Amino acid sequence: MSDRVLGSRAGRAAMVVLALVLLAALWEAYKLVIPEDGVSVGGSLVLPRSDDASMPHLSEIFGVFGRSEVSGSADSSTVLSSVLSALWYSLRLAAAGFVVGVLVGFALALAMQRARIVERALLPYVVLSQTVPLIALAPLVYGWSGNLTLFGMDWQPWMSVSAISAYLAFFPVAVGALRGLGSPPPVQTELLDCYAASWWQTLVRLRLPASVPYLVPALRLAAAAAVIGAIVAEISTGLQGGLGRLIISYAQQATGDPAKVYAPIAGAAVMGLLAVGTVSGLGLALRRYDPPEARA
Amino acid sequence: MSVAPIPVAVSAPPAVALAGVGKTFGAGPAGTRAVTDVDLTVAAGEFVSLIGPSGCGKSTLLRIVANLIDPTEGTVLVNGKPARQARLDQDYGIAFQQAGLLEWRTVRANVELPLALHGDGRAARRARAEELLELVGLSDFAGHRPSELSGGMQQRVAIARALARRPALLLMDEPFGALDEMTRERMQSELIGICAETQAAVVFVTHSIPEAVYLSQRVVVMSPRPGRITEIVDVPLGTRDEEVREAGRFYAAITDVREALRGRPVPSAEASR
Repeated sequence: MSDRVLGSRAGRAAMVVLALVLLAALWEAYKLVIPEDGVSVGGSLVLPRSDDASMPHLSEIFGVFGRSEVSGSADSSTVLSSVLSALWYSLRLAAAGFVVGVLVGFALALAMQRARIVERALLPYVVLSQTVPLIALAPLVYGWSGNLTLFGMDWQPWMSVSAISAYLAFFPVAVGALRGLGSPPPVQTELLDCYAASWWQTLVRLRLPASVPYLVPALRLAAAAAVIGAIVAEISTGLQGGLGRLIISYAQQATGDPAKVYAPIAGAAVMGLLAVGTVSGLGLALRRYDPPEARA
Repeated sequence: MSVAPIPVAVSAPPAVALAGVGKTFGAGPAGTRAVTDVDLTVAAGEFVSLIGPSGCGKSTLLRIVANLIDPTEGTVLVNGKPARQARLDQDYGIAFQQAGLLEWRTVRANVELPLALHGDGRAARRARAEELLELVGLSDFAGHRPSELSGGMQQRVAIARALARRPALLLMDEPFGALDEMTRERMQSELIGICAETQAAVVFVTHSIPEAVYLSQRVVVMSPRPGRITEIVDVPLGTRDEEVREAGRFYAAITDVREALRGRPVPSAEASR
């Protein structure tokens, strides 16, 4: 059985690599086949330009990482080190947002599971919360810094970014946990009632373990949402130090150095993979709670 | 290893005492009368089956005894206590048609569940679970997952779990309903043995007339709309063994119950028990 799992996991990894190679090949093939000015029909562009400013060669994009941040200066810091330190900064903000989002989402799910009336009152707002555009929310939350004190601590600008990240992350957790906590069939909940189990005992011995198959995918979604939330919030609040800011400042240099924009974007992709990968690892550790038909 | 029988005092209160019990689901004229006017006493150590067509309220009655639902009127005593108190004291064990085992727990941990909920220590839980798994013949499967067991074996685990706290009363809601006929008969014989050993009283809900007759000292016949007891049939079969299944008196008892289900003119002495 473990051989088959290993085989399928290696197979899946191979598919991921294959997809990347295919994408790279498509990119270069496009540059090779399509003329630099793109293809226009009747004056309107139908296929985008393929010149080096719009679509730099892959070798150039990867080459950027090795270059020093300011060409010709004595400063030895490379683009790679800038991207890495920005990645680390953003990842921590996203992690803080993820943790807060998971806690809030889970608390909401518990409250909704415990009392039907809370679910009726709260669930529409939980869903509604995700229809508010993030961009509209960012300046509002950013305004908290300097005006808000939390547990004797002044609200810091980075907290705004984490708060927005948490705002995106809590939703999948709230919905997933609510479904998971409600998933045990009546025969099991009644059995615990028959043994006079308390609400807490029912939660720990039945509802929590039964909710794992729902929680793990929800956490994976929440991790991806926290990363997106952090970067978008950095961009819209203008916070220095993270990948969001780096994307903006490199984009401003795009006319002179078109390949550079792709460096922080690649960094953002790596950050998302790190976040989702960590949560997936957690899912592997909790495999014994998977339904039997999925475990084989 | 054998399970020590619970000494049943001569003065032990009846395992179940129902007086004037009725249940209406919903309120007002739209309410559904599920059970009405039920008087029933199950003595300590007695095996009683509830039988009747769908909708006769036999499961509802069992759930009232288990305190999963409250009766609209009447009194329910379990081991001489109000039903709610008996449930809080874990005075009964219960098994449903579905085994309802927790998939993430091993067979042993499933049997230990009621003990864990009661707060028993690890060693005591372990020892009791080993004892019970031996009783139901599943010692070799203690470390397995429920999904690795057949339906009959899962139901045996559920019965072992129901017995974990040495209850004086077992409530069983069609526990063998989902099993094939052969497994079913084997499980019935095992249940007889288990009851002899534990001396627990049993209230057993079933659709099957032979099952009710084979297992019970008394068969409670119910009819629907509204659910009520129409007759209580004594089954004087003596010691149950495989030969009983072939015996003429077994078939006579089956005929007796079948006629009661069809609604014969009730001899008053029989009904007033």
